[in-house]
Amino acid sequence: MSDKGVKFVIGIYDDEDILLDAISSVRGKGVNIHEVYSPFPVHGIENRLGYKRSRLSIAAFCFGFLGTCLALTMMIGMMTIDWPMIIGGKDFLPLPVFIPVTFEMTVLLAAFGMVGTFLVVSDLKPWGKPKTFDLRSTDDKHVMAIEIEKNSMSETQLKKLLESNGASETNTKLMEE
Amino acid sequence: MKDIFDFNIGIKKNLLYLFLGGLLLCLIGVYQLVNSDHGHEESTEIVTSYISEDGHSEFHWYKRVYSNLWINIVYFLGISISAIFFVAIQYVSQAGWSAGILRVPLAIGRWLLPGSVLMLIVFAITNHDIFHWTHEYLYDKSDPRYDYVIDGKKAYLNLPFFLGRMVFFLGIWYLFYALILKHIAKEDKLGGTASWKKLFTISTVFVVFYAFTQSVAAWDWVLSIDTHWFSTMFGWYVFASWWVSALALITYMIIILRDNGYLDFVNHSVIHDLGKYVFAFSVFWTYIWFSQFLLIYYANIPEETIYYVERLDSDFYYPFFLVNLILNFFFPFLFLMTRASKRFTRFLKVACPIVLFGHFIDFYLMVTPGVLKENGGFGFLEIGMLLLFLSAFLFVILNGLTKLPLVAKNHPMLDESLHHDI
Repeated sequence: MSDKGVKFVIGIYDDEDILLDAISSVRGKGVNIHEVYSPFPVHGIENRLGYKRSRLSIAAFCFGFLGTCLALTMMIGMMTIDWPMIIGGKDFLPLPVFIPVTFEMTVLLAAFGMVGTFLVVSDLKPWGKPKTFDLRSTDDKHVMAIEIEKNSMSETQLKKLLESNGASETNTKLMEE
Repeated sequence: MKDIFDFNIGIKKNLLYLFLGGLLLCLIGVYQLVNSDHGHEESTEIVTSYISEDGHSEFHWYKRVYSNLWINIVYFLGISISAIFFVAIQYVSQAGWSAGILRVPLAIGRWLLPGSVLMLIVFAITNHDIFHWTHEYLYDKSDPRYDYVIDGKKAYLNLPFFLGRMVFFLGIWYLFYALILKHIAKEDKLGGTASWKKLFTISTVFVVFYAFTQSVAAWDWVLSIDTHWFSTMFGWYVFASWWVSALALITYMIIILRDNGYLDFVNHSVIHDLGKYVFAFSVFWTYIWFSQFLLIYYANIPEETIYYVERLDSDFYYPFFLVNLILNFFFPFLFLMTRASKRFTRFLKVACPIVLFGHFIDFYLMVTPGVLKENGGFGFLEIGMLLLFLSAFLFVILNGLTKLPLVAKNHPMLDESLHHDI
């Protein structure tokens, strides 16, 4: 058990302002933070952690475009190619009439696709096992996780660093892959 | 930070040049019209006009001038009242982010009074030429030109009631605007939250009042030009067009003011919010426009389709129909879609004037085919009249901008606006 998995140093923070300053100074020392967990959204945390812009909008566009294509293929296939019918005096390819359905399909697939992508990416998928470094991060504590192997500092050095930056508690945790 | 807008002689000179240029173009346009063979009487085109029994409506050159006057009056008055509506919305929603920039829409509202006066004057001159229903003979059963349909609308479309509504709406709108102005000036002097609470109440009443009266005003001022036709979407359609124009103008003015050293607290986040407004309401306009179009297209009932037949089957109006959609939907939708384009002013500086012009075209398309039928045109006169009105409009609102400090002094949420971050 002990050699399976990845070792993390965990800092527990009580206050989000201390957390934000801690993130800056820890990153300033060249330490690579794995992830920070907090029970509520903390304003400005993504800038401090140096997150790049989410690529979720690209996924949304792809799914939305898929919806557009599906809707148009379905309607043109049915109404224009497979069984042409005159409805309301329109021609066989009445594009204005197709717009609402196309729009709805685009929105539907974009929304479903975006939510699905988000769940998969953030380990919330039904078959996945969400990583919980400390259960208190769902209650009243902020948790900062640092992967030891990815940093040049040793375990004790990291713990000292976190404590000097206001961590109320530091632990070591072994996470299964 | 410069606190008061400096309406210096240089800006005034430029506005004067704009005015003179507009006047010159107008005169050239009128000269062309008077000298050209303006009657397309021999034209064999399908005459979509159902005005007179002999198939042709009389056309005089001044009708085109009147039509242009009316387009500009409705367009600029709408921008002005929508800007006031913007201020009211911010107070109703108790918004903090916009507290610092509210003086700009407030200044745009200054056009409401001169615009209203102009509207009444122009209506007094042009009523028969723009509003077909104002003719007495339509209601006279013994007259051959008696119109059964219009007679049925007489209870609503008659001159005293119409004028009464116009004066009532404009008057009450102005009253609300004066109240809002008064309390904002009071807040600057006295501070505290009393004025802010008062403004919340005034704005709430105004928003409700405006919601009803704006629709009716749109039926009166624009829809009743096509007297036989009706559309239940029309009030919203005009609202959307006014509203997005006002938002584009507010955004553009704030950016230009910031470039000139005013409002220096305006950061990317404020610009982003304003850009989102322009983007979102361009799509909203399209939604309304398309909802009106699709139902009429799908149902295909002659008395409803006539409005689009006039615009789509005409060689002259059809390009405008497409330009309208391109400028007001495809362009802002694609151009302002990315986050960066809404956060950086150089994109919005291109988009806002184009959207503003696009909605001018929108109003052109609402009014002109109904007034001029197949005699419509777009040339020096149209551009000149737009410039003429634009210079007067800008003069009034820039002059209004100097009357109060550019940033609220004692708005309770000012701090949130100064550090807006999204």
